[in-house]
Amino acid sequence: MSAFEYAPALESTSIVQIAESYKLFINGKFVAPKSGKYFPTINPATGKVLAKIAEANSKDVDLAVESARNAYAKVWSKMPAAERGKYLYRIARILQERAREFAVLETLDNGKPIRESRDTDIPLVAAHFFYHAGWADKLQYAGVGSAAKPYGVVGQIIPWNFPMLMLAWKVAPALAAGNTVVLKPAETTSLTALLFAEVCQQAGLPDGVVNIVTGAGSTGSAIVNHPGIDKIAFTGSTQVGKLIATAIAGSKKAATLELGGKAANIVFDDAAIDEAVEGIVNGIFFNQGHVCCAGSRLLVQENIHDELLEKLKVRMSHIRLGNPLDKNTDIGAINSESQLQKIQELTAAGDSEGAERWSVPCELPAEGFWFPPTIFTGVSQTHRIAREEIFGPVLSVLTFRTPQEAIEKANNTPFGLSAGVWSEKGSKILWTASKLRAGVIWANTFNKFDPASPFGGYKESGWGREGGRHGLSAYLKGGN
Amino acid sequence: MATPATSRIDVLKTYKLFIGGAFPRSESGRVYAIKDSKGKHLANPAQASRKDLRDAVVAARAAFGGWSGATAYNRGQILYRMAEMLEGRAEQLVTELVALEGVTPRVASVQVQESIDLLVWYAGWSDKISTLAGSTNPVSGPYYNFSTPEPIGVVAVFAAAKPSLLNLVGSIASVISSGNTTVVIASEKFPLVAITFAEILATSDLPAGVVNILTGSSSELAPWAASHMDIDAIDANGLTAKQLKEAQVAGAANLKRIRVRSEIKTPERILDYMEIKTVWHPIGI
Repeated sequence: MSAFEYAPALESTSIVQIAESYKLFINGKFVAPKSGKYFPTINPATGKVLAKIAEANSKDVDLAVESARNAYAKVWSKMPAAERGKYLYRIARILQERAREFAVLETLDNGKPIRESRDTDIPLVAAHFFYHAGWADKLQYAGVGSAAKPYGVVGQIIPWNFPMLMLAWKVAPALAAGNTVVLKPAETTSLTALLFAEVCQQAGLPDGVVNIVTGAGSTGSAIVNHPGIDKIAFTGSTQVGKLIATAIAGSKKAATLELGGKAANIVFDDAAIDEAVEGIVNGIFFNQGHVCCAGSRLLVQENIHDELLEKLKVRMSHIRLGNPLDKNTDIGAINSESQLQKIQELTAAGDSEGAERWSVPCELPAEGFWFPPTIFTGVSQTHRIAREEIFGPVLSVLTFRTPQEAIEKANNTPFGLSAGVWSEKGSKILWTASKLRAGVIWANTFNKFDPASPFGGYKESGWGREGGRHGLSAYLKGGN
Repeated sequence: MATPATSRIDVLKTYKLFIGGAFPRSESGRVYAIKDSKGKHLANPAQASRKDLRDAVVAARAAFGGWSGATAYNRGQILYRMAEMLEGRAEQLVTELVALEGVTPRVASVQVQESIDLLVWYAGWSDKISTLAGSTNPVSGPYYNFSTPEPIGVVAVFAAAKPSLLNLVGSIASVISSGNTTVVIASEKFPLVAITFAEILATSDLPAGVVNILTGSSSELAPWAASHMDIDAIDANGLTAKQLKEAQVAGAANLKRIRVRSEIKTPERILDYMEIKTVWHPIGI
């Protein structure tokens, strides 16, 4: 029997205009970097250079912080809160108007499927600004009392896996609370942040309220160590998070850290199996598994292991990997060569430590960076693939017999960002959710995000929350 | 104490550590001398070692499941019971505070009364903090989504100095009312009230290991606590700026939450040692 084949359904890139090179966005203007240096950004689905990006050095960061400080002292902190909110509403509206442009650019620069950038990332970005706009004149209800005060200048460093969404998670609450911002996007995904700078201009946002400095680790380090920064907000690896925590020791700087994870996704034998299979796939293969809260450790009750794995493999073989601009693509490109190497290294460790690998037998494009959806069975808790964050489309499968054992295995990690639980029994779900030491629990669902919903981790997954009232209070002095 | 041979000789107290509900000496055998405000010898409390600290963390971790799993009503009653027991020991603590802090009996008495009232205040928070800090969140989709604060785990407390009893009680009560367990390092200069308070805890129906109290050198114990991988957070109100910075550097190893908050009577102090958990579930038929 022959199945219907998918015809190519490419999203047009004509909506996007990419310049040859990009400058820094400081004090409301695009300015050439003092460093005089530029680095390339590539399309990971083709390996081809998209544009050159300015590399900010410590002098550029000085200028950005100075601009943010001036804007804070002279404009942003003096403006009535309701007016501040109206700027955020404007930004939200412009982001909605230009949503498709952002989605296409995000997919080109990041490698994620257009289906996700168009239907998940960018709509959530606009929603974040709209949600936080409404907080701006209600800060006395944010939970820190009527004397709620912003920190001042916030340094924000974001990762490459959800470039615009992470920008929104950082910038929207910071501005709503009355802070000004110096933001550094990840070096492989700067383009949408620079397009956002244009949105700030269109919205008439006062100069210096948002400053965007592009660059790699040394630029980030210049922000973290800058004496003019009052608070750091960082999303990235636990390793870098610890370096930041060390760097700001003894200073007055506050910090919010959203770090790594190794989430357990627990499937009990009374789960709705087909729904659980969908949830497992969404949990680990969404965004190529480049998700800090990915459900990367499947804990399946032993008596349904074989049945579940069989169904999972069937479902996985229908995943479509390929051109991220194709509207039918489920899995796009790995964001960078170095990330691909990290995935290859860790999966090789899975082989050598004795786990059994199974990958979807799909053809990988000849150019760019790709990794097929993969599961490892027979994984034990000591294996590196059960302990370390792979940050790719790789699932480690472990088993358990009793609910207590599931909890012990799920919590047996220094991380504590997220977890999943699948069962049709309400009391068991609530029991499991209460025992899991993680900040976000998805029960009979996975990888759901919303501006009203706090997100963030226990233990070594970070400090503080983003989203909701709790996330807002992290941008107010004395807040939790 | 030079006492005429004809009058009765006082039976003086041996001030020991409080670990897992018991009162051991330091395994190291070390003590240090405490003098009163006029320079007279008062006692030789234990100088806790790194091993004592580790033992206390083990006891605190073991107690965490039961204490955090107890009902908030139950925890509230036990904190209230602590206030009852403290009321009964008020006179003894006034005497100790007068000797140690060099304050008048009247000032000491006010401090004890405030400490009792602070315990009652925190007792009442145990079953209200989740209502205050939790929320149901109106997400854009068919999901029930709620956030609730949960205790963070094992918290090391470096109790601030004067007023020593009030600071000690405020730190302990704010940390344990939500379900955390704790290893308290008493103020180095004023350790005796802490051990007397441990005797109050021991008769308050508080499960063993929920509060453990060490006496000794803060500068010696702080780096050990900061680098201990099974301590989740530190109440650093009793650390110097230098000790705080060193603790922050060492604490980065497991991203300890290290808090300093001078205000002693605020729900934010409870929330400093809690984590927000958010749960999603679909709504449908």
